Amino acid sequence: MREQDVNQLIGHLFRHEAGKMAAVLTRLFGFQAIDLAEDVVQDTLLKAMSVWKIKGIPENPSGWLYTVAKRRAIDILRKQHLHEDHHIQISQALRSEWSLTPTVNNFFLDDEIEDSQLRMIFACCHPSIPYESQISLTLKTLCGLSIQEIANSFLSNEETITKRLYRAREKIREEKISLEGPAPANMPGRLDAVLHSLYLLFNEGYNSSHPSQLIRHDLCEEAMRLCLLLTRNPLTNKGKTNALLSLMCFQASREDARLNADGSINLLKSQDRSRWNKHLIEKGKYFLEHSADNDEISAYHLEAAIAGSHSTTPSFETTDWERIFHLYSALADIKPGPIVEMNRAIALGYAKSSADGLDALRKITGLQDHYLLHAAMGDFYFDLDDSASARQSYLQALGLTTSSSEKRLLQKKLESLPSVSST
Amino acid sequence: MFIFYGGDPSHLSPDAQQAHMQKWFTWVEKLTKEKRYVAGEALLPGGKTVSGVSKTITDGPFTESKEVVGGFFVVEAKDYNEAVEMAKASPDFDLGGSVEVRQVMKFDM
Repeated sequence: MREQDVNQLIGHLFRHEAGKMAAVLTRLFGFQAIDLAEDVVQDTLLKAMSVWKIKGIPENPSGWLYTVAKRRAIDILRKQHLHEDHHIQISQALRSEWSLTPTVNNFFLDDEIEDSQLRMIFACCHPSIPYESQISLTLKTLCGLSIQEIANSFLSNEETITKRLYRAREKIREEKISLEGPAPANMPGRLDAVLHSLYLLFNEGYNSSHPSQLIRHDLCEEAMRLCLLLTRNPLTNKGKTNALLSLMCFQASREDARLNADGSINLLKSQDRSRWNKHLIEKGKYFLEHSADNDEISAYHLEAAIAGSHSTTPSFETTDWERIFHLYSALADIKPGPIVEMNRAIALGYAKSSADGLDALRKITGLQDHYLLHAAMGDFYFDLDDSASARQSYLQALGLTTSSSEKRLLQKKLESLPSVSST
Repeated sequence: MFIFYGGDPSHLSPDAQQAHMQKWFTWVEKLTKEKRYVAGEALLPGGKTVSGVSKTITDGPFTESKEVVGGFFVVEAKDYNEAVEMAKASPDFDLGGSVEVRQVMKFDM
């Protein structure tokens, strides 16, 4: 092992394998024994650390981890009777000494690992669990994040996250949630809930309100990874799943261009499009193509189309704003609300005129405390040479955002305004 | 010989644990490149102790985690002092670990 040149593990291997093992072990022990599953995962990682640090990376790191976890699982299942809430077939297989080991081994095969993860996503996103708790549970169990890491990404503290996890686990007990998955009739509704959670997760990473880190790469990555998982199973590989994944790919493709080296924000207008990740854009297009569904056009389809429109345009100046305006209009029909209206108004401003855009923005109600509305109005006032109103809007926006990168951007805009001459 | 004691990473997240392990890989890579690395083994915790004239077997040692020997390296150094300096590169000090540096006796004198 020491002769290895590549002395490095794949990025986040530990975290991802932790998630996979947690899913499989929870399936073996039952969702009610999720804590025990997490203990076994923790012990497995510790064992790996103590050996690998001295002996180096084994040839098959995942296999090594699974072997250790399997042995522990077999030991535990032999001694404890955990199969009460199991499907009757699994329960019998685990109870018999003859079939215990092969059954456990089967659960650690690639397809089964994927299957377990899918069941986990559905269980974690059970509708009776509140959204913030769903996301915390998903991140902890499926994505291998620690409570501290989750707290950091949501600008929260460990106590709050611990409470959310506690609430989730209580619900699991109360509702007797299991990993057997929703009944076929409930599947579409549950898939919607899962997609919504992943959307929220991605959004949190994409434009985090964390004051000193605008883009939480990790959260976006996890959301995409889980969404990809959903596309690999016929039951969950629906048009809207692909649409959501497409949207995430397009948005994520701009990550490298959105922030400058000093951490300041680069708006879409001034981004160096050569720094957009072409691979991700191709993926975005691929999943958009696969999102065509006879059943319906979802909000994800439209948002993906909008994002795709931007991502496949070589420069800001050649953006097809009319098309984007129409897409937002369609989106407003399915997902009415001030945020969509604001984006539509901005598109109108670019498609028609700044005056039209400003008018549309002014008509929106419910966003008085939203910094983006004021920032957008500031931009249109600037285009119309109304520096006084621009200044007012930018100042209002400045007071409403918590992100230091965004504050800096707004300061820059303020500084670029010609000074108001006194009369 | 470096005898590694303690070093508890259990409070770290999986990501942080992986990053910590990377420090070990980097250290060993450096020692290997400098042709100073000779051997190393990790030790499983627990075990039995055989002692006394009557060769009594007892379970253990079960010592505090700080005192558990996790493993060892055998390395080449120009002299003992250099070996002690090299031991300072162990990544586990932040985790409460320590290194005992012992000189392997050579018999060709």
